[in-house]
Amino acid sequence: MRLLEVNNLTTYYKLKEGYVRACENISLNLDKGEALGLVGESASGKTTAALSLVKLLPENAHVMDGSIRLGGREISGATEEELRTIRWKEISIIFQGAMNALNPVRRVGDQIVEALRIHEKMSEKEACRRTAELFDKVEIDQERVREYPHEFSGGMRQRVMIAMAIACNPKVVIGDEPTTALDVMVQAQVLQLLEELRREWQMGMILITHDLSVVGETCDRVAVMYAGKIVEAGPTEKVFEQPAHPYTRALISAFPNIEGERYLASSIPGNPPNLLNPPSGCRFHERCQEVIAPCKTDDPASTELSSGHLASCHLLKRKVKL
Amino acid sequence: MNLPAYNKSALVVWKKNLKSFWLIYSQNIMGLLGLGILTFFALMAIFGPYLVSITTLTIDGVTQVMHPPTSNYWLGTDDLGKDVFAGVIIGSRVSLLVGLAATAISMTIGTSIGIISGFYGKFTDTLLMRFTDVFLVIPWLPLMLVMAALLGPSLGNIIFVIGITSWAGTARIIRSQTLSIKERPYVERARAIGSGDGHIMIYHILPNVFPLIFANTVLVAAIAILSETTLSFLGMGDPTQVTWGMMLHFAFSMGAVSFGAWWWLLPPGICVVLVVLSFTFIGYALDEVLNPKLRRRDQ
Repeated sequence: MRLLEVNNLTTYYKLKEGYVRACENISLNLDKGEALGLVGESASGKTTAALSLVKLLPENAHVMDGSIRLGGREISGATEEELRTIRWKEISIIFQGAMNALNPVRRVGDQIVEALRIHEKMSEKEACRRTAELFDKVEIDQERVREYPHEFSGGMRQRVMIAMAIACNPKVVIGDEPTTALDVMVQAQVLQLLEELRREWQMGMILITHDLSVVGETCDRVAVMYAGKIVEAGPTEKVFEQPAHPYTRALISAFPNIEGERYLASSIPGNPPNLLNPPSGCRFHERCQEVIAPCKTDDPASTELSSGHLASCHLLKRKVKL
Repeated sequence: MNLPAYNKSALVVWKKNLKSFWLIYSQNIMGLLGLGILTFFALMAIFGPYLVSITTLTIDGVTQVMHPPTSNYWLGTDDLGKDVFAGVIIGSRVSLLVGLAATAISMTIGTSIGIISGFYGKFTDTLLMRFTDVFLVIPWLPLMLVMAALLGPSLGNIIFVIGITSWAGTARIIRSQTLSIKERPYVERARAIGSGDGHIMIYHILPNVFPLIFANTVLVAAIAILSETTLSFLGMGDPTQVTWGMMLHFAFSMGAVSFGAWWWLLPPGICVVLVVLSFTFIGYALDEVLNPKLRRRDQ
């Protein structure tokens, strides 16, 4: 049984002008102890897709369709009350920009104690002891639980957020760009910490990022999103070494490689489409270098290239046929 | 830097916080002046009545009526021969009590309505804010007078009337701050960890609007004390209580002005002004201290 199984998840944002199709037909799988990278440029629907799992969305967002099975249990139709028990206890989130995700006027320790006491029946004292243990786990001096967020550095705050995210032993941790605001040294430390905790506690992890090197380093599998859709998904090595979708190829070549030959990183011309009126056919066709006739009219179906490696592109069908 | 250890008792940490608060506050001359004046009146209200003889307030002790200050009667006597000095001291008790109790009521209503209105938004917000608007636009003095007249002149009613008429401004201010705070990422995080609405309002929004509540409390307290004086002066006070407002009321109605009895009129008036001024000073000082953006790290 899969830890997390998401099928055809579709979330729209309602505006005066109509619906913004922020994420459409997203299907994801996650096993115990596995890390899945969700990559794509800004506004490609990564965060929307992940937050749709626990419905932590703005008021104008509507989850239109899809099933979410967590450990075999369907949670897509859960009520707000049920969701409150699922949040954090089963699916927790490491937020983007930990600087802002901690309440500035409350002690960091108290904020972790709060998370613990909402979900576990434990005394104040027990929760405090547990918090101190968690601080140990993320390598912060236990004495500092009584301090306020502004007394911590950026990396430490992110580690506090990690401590908070793992406080209730969740099955799935969603990292929403957990290292974006950090410099590379601290980024490496935080990623290593996440990796260790994931292996030790066998948590499933969804890592949302636009940094391919982060994914390459930490994730077992990767899903590439473009304009609200997953264009390619598969084992990280397969996707990186034999990218099947033109967008994935463009994305990878936009990142300089430190080992291979030297070349100037290329950018992808154009802008992501307006999701209020997404282009017909393949959503990438306007920027695609290898566009062919059916791209403009038909939505490409996903093709399985090898075990677990899927991509949605008309070119693939043609190649298979030829 | 001296780090507070986790195993140290809460009292030690609280003391440290209080100390650092005082370090910043004591830099503020206005705040110190206000605190000094207020402490003086507070001590007067608490211990004063034990120091002056109650008999000087009864008609039995009459020596002379409307007498200017002498060595026996430092502030002279009123039309019934009662000691004005004793009156001023005993009056401080009720004036401060009414001011603080009314402020407590006002702040409780204002804060709750402000936070609930801002947090839930939509229909709740519209309903509560239109209700608040009603209290904002009704001239507070006539409303107070009518309510005081209807309810009858007792201390409890005065407190209630002042409390119920002075919360609207606070509600507005707290609401606007709540609107901003509820969109901050830590509120989203609080929701993500499974907190309910009540929990978020009490543990995340309330602590963040506290500086505003503090700064507002002292300002509302000043208004409340002034209102009590006004109501009493206009004859809506409790005639059995000695308050500064009642003293002014009697002084005015008994012709202290035409008699030239400045010693009867001025002391209670000056006391009211000083107390109101001290609250205002403290309010400004607190605003400066509690706004972390104005605070320096090295202090």
